[in-house]
Amino acid sequence: MDFWFSQMETEHVKTSIRVNKQLYSGQSEYQRIDVFETQELGKMIVLDGEIIFSEADEFIYNEMVVHVPMAVHPCVKQVLIIGGGDGGVARVLTQYPEIEHIDVVEQDEKFVEISKEFFPETAKGFDDERVTVTNMDGLRFLRRCRDKYDLIINDTTDPFGYAEGLFTREFYGSCFRALKEDGIMVYQHGSPFYDEDEEAFRAMHRKAYKSFPINRVYQANIPTCPSGYWMFGFASKKYHPLKDLDTKRWKARDLQTWYYTTNLHKGAFMLPRYVEDLLVEEEKAAKKESKENIE
Amino acid sequence: MKKYEQKSAPICEALERFRRRRVVPFDVPGHKRGRGNPELVDLLGKQCVGLDVNSMKPLDNLGHPVSVIKEAEELTADAFGAAHAFLMVNGTTSSVQTMILSVCKAGDKILIPRNVHKSVINAMVLCGAVPVYVEVKVNPEIGIALGVEVEEVRKAMDANPDAKAILINNPTYYGICSNLKEIVKIAHEHGMKVLADEAHGTHLYFNDNLPISGMAAGADMAAVSMHKSGGSLTQSSILLCGENMDAEYVRQIINLTQTTSASYLLLSSLDLSRRNLALRGEESFEKVARMAEYARSEINEIGGFYAYGKELIDGDSVYDFDVTKLSIYTQGIGLTGIEVYDLLRDEYDIQIEFGDIGNILAYISIGDRIQDIERLVGALEDIKRLYEKDSSDLYCGEFIQPENVMTPQQAFYADKVQLPLHETDGKICAELVMCYPPGIPILTPGERITKEIIEYIDFAKEKGCSLQGTKDPDVELISVIKEK
Repeated sequence: MDFWFSQMETEHVKTSIRVNKQLYSGQSEYQRIDVFETQELGKMIVLDGEIIFSEADEFIYNEMVVHVPMAVHPCVKQVLIIGGGDGGVARVLTQYPEIEHIDVVEQDEKFVEISKEFFPETAKGFDDERVTVTNMDGLRFLRRCRDKYDLIINDTTDPFGYAEGLFTREFYGSCFRALKEDGIMVYQHGSPFYDEDEEAFRAMHRKAYKSFPINRVYQANIPTCPSGYWMFGFASKKYHPLKDLDTKRWKARDLQTWYYTTNLHKGAFMLPRYVEDLLVEEEKAAKKESKENIE
Repeated sequence: MKKYEQKSAPICEALERFRRRRVVPFDVPGHKRGRGNPELVDLLGKQCVGLDVNSMKPLDNLGHPVSVIKEAEELTADAFGAAHAFLMVNGTTSSVQTMILSVCKAGDKILIPRNVHKSVINAMVLCGAVPVYVEVKVNPEIGIALGVEVEEVRKAMDANPDAKAILINNPTYYGICSNLKEIVKIAHEHGMKVLADEAHGTHLYFNDNLPISGMAAGADMAAVSMHKSGGSLTQSSILLCGENMDAEYVRQIINLTQTTSASYLLLSSLDLSRRNLALRGEESFEKVARMAEYARSEINEIGGFYAYGKELIDGDSVYDFDVTKLSIYTQGIGLTGIEVYDLLRDEYDIQIEFGDIGNILAYISIGDRIQDIERLVGALEDIKRLYEKDSSDLYCGEFIQPENVMTPQQAFYADKVQLPLHETDGKICAELVMCYPPGIPILTPGERITKEIIEYIDFAKEKGCSLQGTKDPDVELISVIKEK
């Protein structure tokens, strides 16, 4: 049987993955959810036509949003995950014994349910007693938080879907307020490769840059992401992702990883020229603007 | 309302039949279904450009409807509880203009509150009607003009028994409603017509929990902005008539200024929106009201902002409040509405309907989603966190009622000179001056300029309001009546 799933990366580029069978298709209050079993990538979950993760490459994403801030911040006790309905990020976080509590705020209850049913390995994160799941809009949840978290991970993927509110300046502002004085926020930065996505990439940096004193962007190769190349934002009130990286301490933990190493940590912040140029341009524009405002 | 008949959309069905016939066009428009303008097709899409066709027998003619447009107008009248409805293609401005031109000739008096839209004043420039202002109170806390009180209406009618009509905003931009039913009763006792400006009131016709609509209250005419809360395309509108109006005469008035090449994009959007409202309006506006109420309670919890609602109701100058309107007083955080309006757009990518001196209005409609409401609330909270300042130097009071010296038409056509704003104290204004939006005039032709008004204009300019209406595009010079 010749059965393929295609993800449109732009109007003119698509990635196709051969499907063995479709395991689930349904519509939640917010989005269409599909689960496929594929030959090459294992099981795969798709929201509104966009691949959220596959069994084959989810480790890359989950490790990169967790270990990078965890190797920098000296003592993370309170964590907030916005999105994260599949439980993958929470699962990696539970490897750290010093974490006391993890809030997962996922609006779509159905997505959590489907993840638990089809990806029990990933959703294991939810079984840890430190994890609490709340089904609520992320912005709404954040409005009631002050100086509460050491780490916030924005684990929502699509800046144009129902979660677009989580890629906005008000979101970054709310996160800033919800973080303690030395808190870190890690967020999805998308991929700058295609023209269509470049403006969203720029806007994200612009907004975070205005909201946090320290802003760096880092990268990873994730095959099922558009152009196979994905970026993350590291926004922080105090700690620098490279200067404050404590290699010795992290290595002493002896955690098992498949993607992350402290060497890769350093390399991930070394960006291609075209990406660096985009970021510098946005920083210059933001600086100029704030200077004008002061005048 | 005849629910079954409301399922049809005669104009849209005629367009579809026409498309299938694949008629070769040797008529206008000259782009010929887009073939002559491929860039336009790229931008708007083939289907859209294909619908841009000329009036012809199978598609009827808006200037003299006999078939599908006539049916669509009848369905519209039925859906809105009117005796007759006109589909309009030149904005609600044309509906308002038609209302006034239909009841007033040169020299006829018409009673209006001063906080009308500029289209009302401009209609009087056209026809020479004489405005008589019914006093409206201002809420001192939030600085907005309220509805007209029944006693004020009675007083004005007793003092001007020769007036032809009264025009009422139902509701105002901010959501305030007057006691329209009682006003209709008094007006009809005085032999006057009642015109309802329902530019912000389409939804009132489709939900029983909202304030009463013009037609239900017995108004003689109503100008309804379908493109606002009704969901049709920008520039489309509806004019409704009660049973005491001569519909054929109203049609003649419309045809004085209406295009003879009415756009079928606009007409089909009116047709579909009417069907949608008739079939699903009730539940849609229930949802809109719920979203607005949720936003109000969340915004009021932030502190500093005041999103006002039904608590304003006092039985008279605020007889009712349209809860779908999300109007927010911003001076509690030391910022004018226009400043918050600009911040929302420039810093948060949120475009709201308008900001004026003291308030902003976020337009909530059938197209909104709850996650967008969360964004708005989140942004307002972030603005308070980052930009809050001392509010003592702010100008309060949204609304000044100037003295009227000449009719709008006399002043507009009089000999005039342009003077710098600061030299106009005591002069008679010969043009409109307003912030747009909301488009409620600060000065109309024929009104005396005062120091207070000049200060107000200065303040509005300083805070970044977009001032319009004057001959001078920069609003540095104001046209005033030449003194002999």
